[in-house]
Amino acid sequence: MEPLTDAEVKALVDHANAIRATIIEMLVAAGSGHTAGPLGMADIFTALYFHVLTHDPKNPDWPERDRLMLSNGHITPVRYATMAHAGYFPIEECLTLRKFGSRLQGHPEREKLPGVETTSGPLGSGLSQASGYAYAARMDGKTFRTYVAMSDGEHQEGNLWEAAMFAGKNRLSNLTAIIDRNNIQIDGMTENIMPLEPLRDKYEAFNWHVLEVDGHNIPQFIAACDEAKAIYEKPTVIIAHTIPGKGIHEIEFDYKWHGKPPSKEEAAKFLNELRTLGGKIQSEHQ
Amino acid sequence: MLNPDAKLAANIFDKPDMAPTRDGFGKGVVEAGKADERVVVLSADLEESTRAEWFHKEFPARFVEMGVAEQNMATVAAGMANYGKIPFFTSYAAFSPGRNWEQIRTTIALNNVHAIICGMHAGVSVGPDGATHQMLEDMALMRAMPNMIVISPCDAEEGRKATIAAAKTGKPVYMRFGRDKTPVMTTAETPFEIGKANILWGKSHISVRGALTQSDGVAPPIEQGEPLHTSDSNLRGDASKVAIFATGPLVHNALLAARELEKENITVTVTNVHTIKPLDEETIVALAREAGAVVTVEEHQVNGGLGSAIAELLAKKVPTPIEFIGVQNQFGQSGDPKELIEHYGMGVSHIAEAAKRAIARKN
Repeated sequence: MEPLTDAEVKALVDHANAIRATIIEMLVAAGSGHTAGPLGMADIFTALYFHVLTHDPKNPDWPERDRLMLSNGHITPVRYATMAHAGYFPIEECLTLRKFGSRLQGHPEREKLPGVETTSGPLGSGLSQASGYAYAARMDGKTFRTYVAMSDGEHQEGNLWEAAMFAGKNRLSNLTAIIDRNNIQIDGMTENIMPLEPLRDKYEAFNWHVLEVDGHNIPQFIAACDEAKAIYEKPTVIIAHTIPGKGIHEIEFDYKWHGKPPSKEEAAKFLNELRTLGGKIQSEHQ
Repeated sequence: MLNPDAKLAANIFDKPDMAPTRDGFGKGVVEAGKADERVVVLSADLEESTRAEWFHKEFPARFVEMGVAEQNMATVAAGMANYGKIPFFTSYAAFSPGRNWEQIRTTIALNNVHAIICGMHAGVSVGPDGATHQMLEDMALMRAMPNMIVISPCDAEEGRKATIAAAKTGKPVYMRFGRDKTPVMTTAETPFEIGKANILWGKSHISVRGALTQSDGVAPPIEQGEPLHTSDSNLRGDASKVAIFATGPLVHNALLAARELEKENITVTVTNVHTIKPLDEETIVALAREAGAVVTVEEHQVNGGLGSAIAELLAKKVPTPIEFIGVQNQFGQSGDPKELIEHYGMGVSHIAEAAKRAIARKN
């Protein structure tokens, strides 16, 4: 793969910034939902939908598309916002998040919204669904890849390690797993609640190829996705180190923002921060 | 008398052929696999006793060994079904759907994918293994889920047919099978259709819908208030009538009880309700209305299984005295299958006594 040009990187960063703004708008409209995870994964979802994945927003059931499963369904606002920006549905529909009759359920449902691939929310079962999918696709000689995005906290679920064993045993090289390593969960820091480290060693012991990236460095993440495609004997996991709440200075790293939305007043402040890039382009917006 | 339309085996009261219902699964899934190359079988380290190995031998590339990991098995199956395979995943019912209920709920039932949960060793008739392995709550667990079809075959032949039918539903399915050898009552000619109960004993004056099937092969539920076609002269008039609804291998005990009851001039119908969900509401309501007294028979807790399903239906459509044969809110224990069936009150005499109690409760 050719390295990204500066212009391409800038375009992706701009997309991610716009997606963060949509996330804030949809959460404040919903009045509930998770803030930190979606903001923290905005760069990765942007990279996936605007560069990595082979897909067609106008044809979400296209059989040859790459599959992206979201295991930790609670960060679905970032997926919805990114899908909308990528052209799957109108961006305005994002404001129906969590509302009665909406296709944008609080946690994603396969039969509600084309393109979400599977239903998720209860933690720890996305890796096994993706593994089953990748296994079945390989049986039929399909060449698309299956991706699954997971949280770090859900690695406390036993089901996930059963899946890690299964994928390792079966050398599912058509599977790329992505871990949002933001070190927070609802009740606090992962390493206080139930330590996950050494996470890399755990996956290596389960016969995975392990890559670690800065989850906000889009070119680095894309390079890791490319490397995964070149690993033929193992499934690959990309441990993406992210900052929860990334992009909104005052909530970054704060686990209390895991599971709550901003108030209207906070949202106005946060949107201003996003739209002025933290004050750097203040003059245009005042 | 036996219903000739059921085309049952000739020898079912004398020396019936004996086979475990799980054998029916083993044969049926091979046939399903021959008919449809999308069929795959997953096993959680129990391929011999679940009979999954018969498929493994026939189709090694379509057999997936999961290890002792039932949660992963359910969710891997969900992923495979989401892709377009037709996965049958096999273990003991105590572990699957016992251990992996939430995974089944979210990734199969809510996801609405065509995966088939095959729970073996259901009921106390597992025998010596004891309570941990004698699954008695599986139908309750599965019946509570939207989208889920629940099938409990009465013998090995019906297990074979049910397995073949399950591969064609396009919907989530739970099937329960037993470990012990039990009488083979049905034949290749016995009708089997998911959602359509079979009257095996007795004459009924009811006329049920001729065309039950929807395009997916599942009988539609009847609408609330829909008139049922029964012969008026037979409405609750006869003081010595009872309708027995049974599921699983205990259907045989129900037939033996019917034979005894008939000697006492009690008119009995025995209906094999192999599909717990969707329930054949029309047949059950019509038979209950005609008899005015009901007995339900299942090798399962009386809470939440066939008896509960029928009680819910009849309370709504035609309130009827019901006696419930099944395990009465207890766990099982080690023992011989037959002595356990007797100990937990599911023997022939228990069913006959329950029928008399139900009749005595008629107003």
